[in-house]
Amino acid sequence: MSENNEISKNLNDRTTWEGCSVLLDINDGDRLVFARLSNAAKLKIGNKNYSLQPLIGCAFGSIFQAESGPQGPFLSHSLPSIQGNDKTEEVKEGQVNDEPRDNRALIDNNTAQSLTGDDIEAMRREGARGNEIIEALIANSATFETKTSFSQEKYRLKKQKKYAPKVLIRRPVARSICEAYFKKYPTKIGFLRVDTLSLLLSLANVSSSSDVLVVDMVGGLITGAVAERLGGTGFVCNSYLGKSPHSMDIVRIFNFSDDICKRILRSPISDLLSQKELPEQVLEHADVCNLESQSNEQICASVSIEKISLSSENGISDLGAKNTENTNVPGKRVCKAAKAGEKSPPEVIDSWKENGFSSLIIAAPESDTWTLVKDLLPLLSNSAPFAIYHQYLQPLATCMHNLQIGNMAIGLQITEPWLREYQVLPSRTHPCMQMSAFGGYILSGTKICDS
Amino acid sequence: MLDSDPAKKLSFKRSITNGDLVIVYERHDNMKAVTISEGSVLQNRFGVFKHSDWIGKPFGSKVFSNKGGFVYLLAPTPELWTLVLSHRTQILYIADISFVVMYLEIVPGCVVLESGTGSGSLSTSLARAIAPTGHVYTFDFHEQRAGSARDDFERTGLQNLVTVGVRDIQGEGFPDEFSGRADAVFLDLPQPWVVIPSAAKMLKQDGTFCSFSPCIEQVQRSCETLQTSFTDIRTFEVLLRTYEVREVKMDGVEGNESGSNGSLPCKRRLCSDGSNVVSSSNSSVMARPCGEARGHTGYLTFARLKCLS
Ligand SMILES: C[S@@+](CC[C@H](N)C(=O)[O-])C[C@H]1O[C@@H](n2cnc3c(N)ncnc32)[C@H](O)[C@@H]1O
Repeated sequence: MSENNEISKNLNDRTTWEGCSVLLDINDGDRLVFARLSNAAKLKIGNKNYSLQPLIGCAFGSIFQAESGPQGPFLSHSLPSIQGNDKTEEVKEGQVNDEPRDNRALIDNNTAQSLTGDDIEAMRREGARGNEIIEALIANSATFETKTSFSQEKYRLKKQKKYAPKVLIRRPVARSICEAYFKKYPTKIGFLRVDTLSLLLSLANVSSSSDVLVVDMVGGLITGAVAERLGGTGFVCNSYLGKSPHSMDIVRIFNFSDDICKRILRSPISDLLSQKELPEQVLEHADVCNLESQSNEQICASVSIEKISLSSENGISDLGAKNTENTNVPGKRVCKAAKAGEKSPPEVIDSWKENGFSSLIIAAPESDTWTLVKDLLPLLSNSAPFAIYHQYLQPLATCMHNLQIGNMAIGLQITEPWLREYQVLPSRTHPCMQMSAFGGYILSGTKICDS
Repeated sequence: MLDSDPAKKLSFKRSITNGDLVIVYERHDNMKAVTISEGSVLQNRFGVFKHSDWIGKPFGSKVFSNKGGFVYLLAPTPELWTLVLSHRTQILYIADISFVVMYLEIVPGCVVLESGTGSGSLSTSLARAIAPTGHVYTFDFHEQRAGSARDDFERTGLQNLVTVGVRDIQGEGFPDEFSGRADAVFLDLPQPWVVIPSAAKMLKQDGTFCSFSPCIEQVQRSCETLQTSFTDIRTFEVLLRTYEVREVKMDGVEGNESGSNGSLPCKRRLCSDGSNVVSSSNSSVMARPCGEARGHTGYLTFARLKCLS
């Protein structure tokens, strides 16, 4: 079949490369860091800096463990055992108690933990691995033996996180990016949950060769997710009211090839609507933006340079913590970041005007929904589906009502997705104790011909 | 459904021709798939519609019957198809389908293995996601069902993206020729745990797996089996709540000029053709959840092949 095709190669690479964007999952989601791999890139864990160089050329899904060696701290590739699993929740009752213990590292036993920080440092200097330190800590814990297997495992995990942090390399794709933001930085993506995002893409029938119009005020997440589905065909047009485009920072986190980036264009809504009467609303917005005295050229320039507002100059952005001590800035580095979001060329705009967009997705919590829809719906071809996201129900209800009355669309529906995760364990299966109670609302429908 | 030929791309220019598949829309809960054939008619409670009247009209058109009743003609999409396909089995619906495609990280170019095919509801969306360069290989042991699914993919124009195989997947696993070639594997089978070792063999490194099961006991066994060669094992339930929207006339509201939510023009229209007594400012648009909803479809268990390199 055609899986060796260029398109799939880029979107679907399963091994990292120099300049590749990755999502680093540190200690089972405690910290999530977007980084670009290079020989100079460094990741700070605790008070130590680790070079990301060993991660280059590794399979996505690889796990590394933070170690210290004679040359200082380094990340070492760790191979998972085929059998068994390493998560607390997956420990089976009674299993841990039967394991033989090795207490040769036992030193003293007077207090709960007899190993001092100095002892641990000394072990490190002698080349002890993280796992050996953890074993020593356990052997020197007076209380460990008396703990239940469950809390023993908890103790082990706590020590592992501290003395042998794990770094898992994940592919930065719509799913992982959306989940990472939702977990650590939900305001940046308008609280768009991954199941809601998935519904938006389906309801808008995002498919290869389609021309998708988006209003993306959720950091570029929608634009990126659409571009991922287009795979270098069709176009995604990121449109905006007034003169300042919305941020598209998240698009740069995806590993998009040039072919895909070329398919991501920007356009002011006024350009898409020109030759028609400009609605007052649009003009007003344009005026407001003019007051900020930024010329269009400046903005365009600033979006095409390698600037990730979330991140520091080394291309690492940490979603795990607000403090800055987590990232490190090595001198000069080359980031190969995608140049997505060029201004739509006039001939492409003309073809959209002539043929219509094949679908529309709006996630614009800060704009009036009905005003946007009223202006943008006529830009769709007939029978084209649309999907509008909002955190609040009322703007969508109003919009749906107006569309019904105006006979502009059919199949109108407001849906609210609901997502529940389960803990599945022998004799201990139940819904997870914590869940996201709200994933937003979607208004969807299909545009019909004016009658 | 998915024309990669840009000339045939859905657009104002693109109008209905003989042989096209259209979705005839009466109401949101009443739609039907029709293949246009010059001499045929569609008969429903609104009267008789001649296909020949439809040819040349753009998709999205409102068309009338001999009695003046009307329907809309829509271009097919996987979402509409799921609503109109003939149910030969239980099928997956939009909430589960969307989540599966996203969570399995299916993108253009992917190779996806699926079993069983059932009525092809999920396969249709899988095909959209892997197009134009990937492929879906779907297997069902029920020969007739596989045949009908094949006919459907032909009808929806997906035949180059989906291949249907007749095979007992629980008995034999997936064919060896796919070893290490699949980006994702999806199972909707009565005993999915039996197939997990084969699924692991088919997947590329870091490849994704999903199993849909209505019962928790199935999930329990699958999760146990997955431990061996999978990681990141997670089970979800996805549901949708739908809302109904009404304009409600409110008594005792004083002439409230501003309460328009930007919708004044339409409200004026609403009043203009009926009695002009009621002032629009006395009503407001409200939403509430629909009284009935699907309470359970199935559990979705996802996992990722452990990375051994
Ligand atoms: C519930 S249906 C799948 C529905 C499908 N997911 C959809 O959305 O349309 C399950 C299918 O699995 C098939 N099946 C059951 N056991 C099988 C086996 N051992 N090998 C292959 N197919 C099997 C059945 O014939 C049935 O068509």
